[in-house]
Amino acid sequence: MHKLSNAQIAWRAAQDIEDGAYVNLGIGFPEMVARFQPPGFDAIFHTENGVLGFGDAPFDGAEDWDLINAGKKSITLKPGASLFNSADSFAMIRGGHLDVAILGAYQVSQNGDLANWSLCKGGVPGVGGAMDLVHGAKRVAVVTEHTTRDGKPKLVDSCTIPLTGVSCVNRVYTSLAVIDIRDSRFVIIEKLASVSMQELQNLTAAVLHIDSEVAELSVPEL
Amino acid sequence: MDKTLDSIHDAVSIVSDDDTVMIGGFGGSGAPIELIHALIDRFVESGSPRDLTVINNNAGNGNIGIAAMLSLGMVKKAICSYPRTTQSHSFAEKYLAGEVQLELVPQGTLAERIRAGGAGIPAFYTPAGYGTELAHGKEVKEFDGKYYVLERWLKADVALVKAEQGDAHGNLIYRLASRNFNPLMCMAANVSIAQVEKIQAVGNLAPEHIQSPGIFVNTVVEVTGAQQEEDLIRAGAKYPIEKHHA
Repeated sequence: MHKLSNAQIAWRAAQDIEDGAYVNLGIGFPEMVARFQPPGFDAIFHTENGVLGFGDAPFDGAEDWDLINAGKKSITLKPGASLFNSADSFAMIRGGHLDVAILGAYQVSQNGDLANWSLCKGGVPGVGGAMDLVHGAKRVAVVTEHTTRDGKPKLVDSCTIPLTGVSCVNRVYTSLAVIDIRDSRFVIIEKLASVSMQELQNLTAAVLHIDSEVAELSVPEL
Repeated sequence: MDKTLDSIHDAVSIVSDDDTVMIGGFGGSGAPIELIHALIDRFVESGSPRDLTVINNNAGNGNIGIAAMLSLGMVKKAICSYPRTTQSHSFAEKYLAGEVQLELVPQGTLAERIRAGGAGIPAFYTPAGYGTELAHGKEVKEFDGKYYVLERWLKADVALVKAEQGDAHGNLIYRLASRNFNPLMCMAANVSIAQVEKIQAVGNLAPEHIQSPGIFVNTVVEVTGAQQEEDLIRAGAKYPIEKHHA
């Protein structure tokens, strides 16, 4: 079955970010979203450890380790950037000042519960800022493969692994579709033309609803 | 008024067994490596301080700083948001062996608990963690149709922080993104000790640029040419590292 690459999923998510939006991207895959802002659009990226307005990574050898993002990667500052302490940084998050937070997911349930911090496999747990992010941003989106590596649905009726937040996700960008959460239901907004509704439903462990015409999920080759 | 001390070892002599110690920094940014190593030097020489509770966003990386404190057995408990980084083997070994306790806290809740401790607010409600296992046993309350979890303040006996510039009044200015938890920890500890790259004469720091007003800071020690934790980890450094500063 044809599916989108991670870069293509990130591209699609980036198209919904408005010019001038304040955006927090989760560590790892969601960071890719920053590469695909529409031309002329300039979002301002926030990172939990106290930076607004960071840009690309510096060249190798030009790293300054006092200037990092929440993933502890070296970053640069764009003109207009600002720096602040961790309490102010999470005031921006919890206080509803961020326009969008985009995170990864192990599971998302139909009522918008997100599980993305623990697979319950033992070992050392770590939660970081995800539990704060999911309750603060005006819009919380998830970028993810539609299924796990071994083909199990990641969109489920009820999460079976530890939750990051309850009823917090607004939209899910998957490798097959764009799906909103409305009134505790998955509602298909867009899907790949090559994937039938039945195929999509078979790969999803909750009922997929159609509220209005489903658009084609169309993404350039990247 | 003169809050400066010449010796980092004298500066950390106030830390006692069973103390709660807040340690600033996020990764290597703002991590007071020299102060931590001065504390470890004392432990290696005298067996004290031990049974410490350490509050930091992480729980040590590589074989230096907090990771070395853990490996040497100085720490009984870590309060942090993300102890599972790529080079956190010191914490993992101790934690999985049951030799160190962990209180895992969402990062924003950790920052706000520390800020609350410094601001005299014993508890507050936050949406973070509601409905998750990190809220087990905590009071939940509904405000305006949304659920919030009651969280307590965090205070410490001592805070160890790193700043770029300081003065004899304890005023501090941080470099780039190294502010992170440092100013909050200065507020929340009984005694806050700052290592600074440069001590300036009182009056030389522009008042409107000061990020930690001196009222929150007890001791300032100049550590010129301080090492960056990230550089040390990338170089494979292990405590004790060669000392450039006495």
